[in-house]
Amino acid sequence: MSESILEVQNLEVFYGNAQAIHGISLTIEQGELLSLIGSNGAGKSTLFKSICGMVRPRSGTINFKGQTTAGLSPARITEMGIAMVPEGRRLFRSLSVEENLILGGYVRRPGPWTLQKVYDVFPILKERKDYPATSLSGGQQQMVAIGRALMSNPELLLLDELSLGLAPVVIKDIYELLPKILGEGMATILVEQDVTRAMQVSDHFVCMLEGRISLSGQSDAFSHDEISAAYFGT
Amino acid sequence: MEWINVIVQGVLIGGLYALFAAGLSLIFGVMRLVNIAHGDFIVGAAYLAMVTITMTGLHPLLSLVIVVPLMAAIGYAIQLGLLNRVLGDDILPPLIVTFGLSIILQNVLLTTFSADSQKLNAGALEIGSIPVLPGVDIGYMPLLTFVAAVAIIAGLQFLFYRTSMGRAFRATSDDGEIAQIMGLDNRKVFAWAMALSMAVVAVAGVFLAIRANFDPFMGPSRLIFGFEAVIIGGLGNLWGTLIGGIILGVAQGIGAQIDPGWQLLAGHIAFLVILAVKPRGLFPRID
Amino acid sequence: MQHATITRSTQASRIAGILALCFLVYIGAAPWWAGSADLRLITEILFYLALASMWNLLAGYAGLISVGQHAYVGLGGYLMFSCVLFLGMNPLWSIPVAGVAGALISIPVAWLVFRLKGPYFAIGTWVVAEVFRLSAAQMSSVGGGSGLSIPVAVMRDLGRKPDREMLIYFTAFALCVGAILLVYFLLRSRVGLALTAIRDNEVASSSLGVKIGRIKLFVYVAAAAVTTMIGALIFVTKLRISPDAAFSVNDWTVFVIFIVVIGGIGTIEGPIIGTLLFFLLREFLADLGAIYLMILGAMAIGIMLAAPKGLWGLLVSRYDFSIFPVGYRVRR
Ligand SMILES: Nc1ncnc2c1ncn2[C@@H]1O[C@H](COP(=O)(O)OP(=O)(O)OP(=O)(O)O)[C@@H](O)[C@H]1O
Ligand SMILES: [Mg+2]
Repeated sequence: MSESILEVQNLEVFYGNAQAIHGISLTIEQGELLSLIGSNGAGKSTLFKSICGMVRPRSGTINFKGQTTAGLSPARITEMGIAMVPEGRRLFRSLSVEENLILGGYVRRPGPWTLQKVYDVFPILKERKDYPATSLSGGQQQMVAIGRALMSNPELLLLDELSLGLAPVVIKDIYELLPKILGEGMATILVEQDVTRAMQVSDHFVCMLEGRISLSGQSDAFSHDEISAAYFGT
Repeated sequence: MEWINVIVQGVLIGGLYALFAAGLSLIFGVMRLVNIAHGDFIVGAAYLAMVTITMTGLHPLLSLVIVVPLMAAIGYAIQLGLLNRVLGDDILPPLIVTFGLSIILQNVLLTTFSADSQKLNAGALEIGSIPVLPGVDIGYMPLLTFVAAVAIIAGLQFLFYRTSMGRAFRATSDDGEIAQIMGLDNRKVFAWAMALSMAVVAVAGVFLAIRANFDPFMGPSRLIFGFEAVIIGGLGNLWGTLIGGIILGVAQGIGAQIDPGWQLLAGHIAFLVILAVKPRGLFPRID
Repeated sequence: MQHATITRSTQASRIAGILALCFLVYIGAAPWWAGSADLRLITEILFYLALASMWNLLAGYAGLISVGQHAYVGLGGYLMFSCVLFLGMNPLWSIPVAGVAGALISIPVAWLVFRLKGPYFAIGTWVVAEVFRLSAAQMSSVGGGSGLSIPVAVMRDLGRKPDREMLIYFTAFALCVGAILLVYFLLRSRVGLALTAIRDNEVASSSLGVKIGRIKLFVYVAAAAVTTMIGALIFVTKLRISPDAAFSVNDWTVFVIFIVVIGGIGTIEGPIIGTLLFFLLREFLADLGAIYLMILGAMAIGIMLAAPKGLWGLLVSRYDFSIFPVGYRVRR
């Protein structure tokens, strides 16, 4: 397991008295794309927030590049090389497109991604760079959110529901750009409601149900029925 | 002519009120905190200037070189050591803490400097004036205050919208959680915002102390003037504080012209009327 | 879960309740055991307890953090003076009149200050109190800036001195107990349920049809009415009124807030603990003047840092009981 970049072990997360994650363990290798699927409230976003340090797990360990992230501030964790595209994008609404991107690079990690490179991948953002970020269309806003995450040159990228609220054509466009985005050998965990698409793009997958892992493995190793049983818990 | 003079003087004093308001508006914009001790810090800065002048013999305006960084450092420390620990979803704790600070500060000033009122002497600057119309003279000091207010608001505006510090302020205000995963440290961002607010407070305090008598208990009414200017101008709008300050100053001037007892009342009434007809102020920027 | 009974009270809270009742009777009988000076002190304690309970209702339950309740204390004082001087009323009968007038005046005030959100609401209420104070100073019929005194003849109508003091004491006692009972029964009513829902989740409760605005208005007006009545009675005991004394932010707002916060905001018992502690401290430290105020300020800050639920909250979290059971508990 020497190349695994992230190792989560026996993670338990609570919101007050309510337990959102019941002992989850998973690993992801360098350069791998892992799909995380599961119905609403399964705990996918909570897992992401724990990895980023936005919520503190009650027990269990998270190791990134062999180092524990326990007790580190979200800022420190970003400096170590984890970035997230949060659910619902959450762009800074009083910042322009370009300012959002610049802020994404606040930690100044060295790497391939620069403002110029983001503009090369998403030319439309260059045209709109001085617009307030939230004045853009949904798809363009998602590009800003992706670009903002890339600007920190992460080694692990967490993508939470890229297609949320977007029209099918726009979703298709974004997924077509995905190889370009991930081409640099970044490890990625992708949360996607559209299970078929998630399986298509990923190497491995993890299916969550009510805070537990109900199925995981090679993305092409299971039948539709098996996955659907794990997804709905039937 | 008399009325023109009232309005001109009202506009000029509005600059001072804008200085009271700008610091308040700034920290509310960044961290949704209303510092009830804001006015007391203004008065505290006036006393700090007084002590500096007695010790060094500097001119009151030059004392800013010492008072501004000192107040900023105090603001930074109070934010890191105290206010950050009570900021959260519940608005009560920060209100009570700054309320407590207000009472403590008033009484520290009272025991240290007594209740006697004080004034800073700026020499010739206080007497000189420019005649603009027959019966309308603009004093050097009121003019200087107004110019300082415009310059400071322009500076804050630039800092807020054109610098990386301002970007950090806006991002943290928009979404503190996400700002943190971009690598910003909210607590430090807040501390810088408070430092900046207190730097403005320092300038306001020194100008206040040159223009009028001050005593340990005049803080709360300065807080109220600043607050009224913020609301009149519109939440989150820095230039709005200048307009708010001017409206307040002119209203007070007109009130005083009718009957000296009506000076303060007229200002408050102007504020309440604007609150009644435009609850979000004249030029709101945030909700 | 087999047999779950839902009750409001526990064994401990019943015993505490009985003890509290005995204490209440004892305090109510004060005119028969306390000397004149002590009686005056207890009267003052009752005033503060009543004011604190009202502020607690506003800030602790309805989330309306007002720093301008001194507006209503002063208003009550001036209304009482006006009733006595211009309408020839008995000072004590003027108290209910003041209550009604206070409620009526608080409605347009609420209409204005409710436009301000959160912390700005707080300062807005302060501005209103300033307006009241400055207006009182402009009215020459009530003495303008220097104020005026109650004519001796008016007080003589209330009886000889001991009778008068007893009468005032019982009125204060009734007002204070009434204020606490008002909070208690409000919280046990549907208003209380709605307030709890609002406190737990403003968005969810508004979608459930809880009329947040109307309930907050109701609480604001009720607190204003009671505070005005207390103000009227306070100035019956003071015999003299001036704008600065009537609308004193320190006396009627700062102290009251510190009492509630130190005792424990959001509980009925908190203001009681806070008031007792406040007067205890005052007995020992009032001579220190400014330092006393600094200590109070520091205590309020300390409480917010270390135990935001106040001293009563500390006790409850340790021993889990209450004298005024307003919540429900499930027993198995
Ligand atoms: N801030 C919060 N406070 C309390 N409970 C929360 C919070 N956020 C999430 N939860 C609860 O935790 C559980 C997991 O939520 P989470 O958002 O992680 O699910 P998810 O798998 O991302 O769902 P979705 O597909 O809807 O995004 C849910 O039961 C949710 O109600
Ligand atoms: Mg989610």
